[in-house]
Amino acid sequence: MVKKKNKIRLAKGDIVFLSFVYVFLGIVTVVILYPLIYVFSASVSDPSKIVSGEVVLLPKGFSFAMYSRIFNSKNILIGYRNTVLYTVIGTMYNIFMTIIAAYPLSKKDFKGNSVFTFIICFTMLFSGGMIPAYLNIKNLGLLNNPLVMILPGALSATNFIILRNYFMHFVPGEVLESALVDGASQLKTLWSIVLPLSGPILAVLTVYYAVGHWNSYFSALLYLQDDNYMPLQIFLRRILLLGTSDGMTTGSSLQDQIMYEGLKYALIVVAVVPMVALYLATQKHFKKGIMIGAIKG
Amino acid sequence: MKRINGGSAGITWKKSIKKYWALYLLLVLPITSVIIFSYIPMTGLQIAFKDFSLKDGIWGSEWIGFYHFKRFFSGQKVWTIIRNTVVLSVESLVISFPFPIIFALVLNEVRNRRLKSTIQTIAFIPHFISTVVIVGMMSAFLRPDTGLINILLKKAGIIEEGIYFMRLPEYFRALYIGSGIWADMGWSSIIYISAISSIDPQLYEACEIDGGGRFKQMLHVTLPGIAPTIITLLILKCGHIMGVGFEKSYLMQNSTNLPVSEVISTYVYSIGISSRQFDFATAVGLFNSVVNLIIILIVNKIAKRFSEVSLW
Repeated sequence: MVKKKNKIRLAKGDIVFLSFVYVFLGIVTVVILYPLIYVFSASVSDPSKIVSGEVVLLPKGFSFAMYSRIFNSKNILIGYRNTVLYTVIGTMYNIFMTIIAAYPLSKKDFKGNSVFTFIICFTMLFSGGMIPAYLNIKNLGLLNNPLVMILPGALSATNFIILRNYFMHFVPGEVLESALVDGASQLKTLWSIVLPLSGPILAVLTVYYAVGHWNSYFSALLYLQDDNYMPLQIFLRRILLLGTSDGMTTGSSLQDQIMYEGLKYALIVVAVVPMVALYLATQKHFKKGIMIGAIKG
Repeated sequence: MKRINGGSAGITWKKSIKKYWALYLLLVLPITSVIIFSYIPMTGLQIAFKDFSLKDGIWGSEWIGFYHFKRFFSGQKVWTIIRNTVVLSVESLVISFPFPIIFALVLNEVRNRRLKSTIQTIAFIPHFISTVVIVGMMSAFLRPDTGLINILLKKAGIIEEGIYFMRLPEYFRALYIGSGIWADMGWSSIIYISAISSIDPQLYEACEIDGGGRFKQMLHVTLPGIAPTIITLLILKCGHIMGVGFEKSYLMQNSTNLPVSEVISTYVYSIGISSRQFDFATAVGLFNSVVNLIIILIVNKIAKRFSEVSLW
C-alpha cells in the first residue's frame, strides 16, 4: 500500500531524503564489501603485484600458488582438522545440551523450573573471571586436553532462552497433550513431535554455536599448549599477526617476504569462507530465529 | 529475572516428578555442566583475599585480606590501565553506538524488498569473521611497505614514507573502534530492525495525513517507536564500561602501543597467566567485575527515574 502511494506522489523533500538514504546505503555496502573483495583478489594474484600496489580491486597475474602452499603446510592442515572436529563435535554437544535444558524448563507445570532457569541465566550476569576459570580447568585435569574446547560452555544462556521461548510459544501444547494421552512418553514426544517442529530455530542455533567454535581463539590460547591440538585461529594469529610463516616460506629473502604477503590473503580466505558460506546457506531461517530471540520471556 | 521465570506454583514435586521423571533425568546433565564450569569457578574468587599457592589449593591457602587490592592500587600502572579501559570503552560506546541505529532507520526506508534484504545480508557478513582475521586483515592492509592503505597514500602523494599504523599508540583507539563498527554495525542493527517491524503502521498513515514527509515520519514515528529499545541497549552497554573485551585488545597489542592498549582484561591475563600471580590477577579481575556490577545498577536506577524503561 505504501508503495502505491509513493508512486503517485513523491514530494520534493522525499526525493532529497531518499537520495541520502541510497547514498548512505551505497557507502555502507562498499565499505563492508571492499576489504573482502580485495582479500579475495589478492589471494589469487601474483604476490609481487600485491606488494607493488597493482592489485586494487580485481586479481592481477592470476595464480593459485598461494593456496597450494597453504594446503601443503603441516600446521595449517592440523589446525584445519582440529577446528573442523571442535566445531562439529562441539556444536552437536551444544545443541543436545540446549535441547535437554530448554525442553523441560519450557513446561509451565514442571516443578522447579524457575529455580533451574535462574541457575542457568545467572551465569550471564556474573562469572568467576579468567583466573578462577583457568584454575578450575587445571584442577579438572583438562589443561592441554582437547576436550577443553568442547566441555566448558556446553550451554549458552542466550541460546537457551531463545530455544525455551520457541518451545513455549511456537509448539502447540494441545498436540503434545494429545500425544501423551495416546500413550507416547515424554522423550518420544520430544523426539518425534517437538524437534521436527523446531527445524528453523535449531538451524539458527546451530549456526550461532558453530560460528562460535570456528572463530574461538581464547580457550585455546588459555588452555592448550600442544600444537597438535591447536585450532586454526591460533595458527592464523601466528602467521597474520606475529609474523611467523610456520614453514610455508623458508628464507628471509625479498622473494620470500613477497610470497609471505600473498600467503596471508589466501589464508584469510580459507579461514573465512566456511562460516560465511554456512551463514549464506541458512540465512533464510535467520529472520524468524531473530524475532524469537527478541521476545525474550 | 522475573520475566524469565515461568512459575510453577501450586504443583507438588511428587506430581511433577511422576509426570516428568524422564525430563528431570535429562536436566541433570546441563545443570551439572553449568555448576562445574560456571559456579565452581566462582568459589575460586576467594583467592583474591588469599596468599594462594598451587600446593595448598584454593581452599587451603592463607587468608591475607585486602593485600592484593592494596598492592594493585599502590602500583604505578594502575591509573594508566584503568584510564585506558575507561577511555577505550567510553569512546567506542559514544562513537559506535549510533551506527546500527542509523543503519536500521535508513534501511527501513528502502521499499524494494529484494534490495533491502540484499543489503542486510551483506551487512551481516562481518559478524561471521573471527577477531583474529579482522585484526589480521587490518594489519595486512596497514603494513608500512606492502599494505594497501600505505601504498595508496604514497601514490596519492599524501605521505612519503609508509606509516606503521598498527604500532603507533595514537592510531590504536581509532583502529579498534573503526574495525569494531565495520564488524558489528550490521549485526547489532538486528534488534532495531525487529523493533521497527513491530511499529503500528497506522502511526505512519496518521503522520502522512498531517503532511509529514518520509524524513518526518522517520523522525517522529520510527525513532520514537524504537526509543525504548535504544535506551535498553544503552543501559546494557553502559554496564560494560569497565569490561573492554580481552580478545581484540590482546590481538592488537604490541610493545609500542602498550601504553594505550593495556586494559584491565589484558593486564589480568599478563600477570595471571603469563606471570602466574594467580591471586593478584584474581583480585584485579574481581575489582573489575564488582565495579561493572555497581555501574550497571546505577545506570539502571537512573534510567528508571527518567523513563519507563529499565532492565528489571
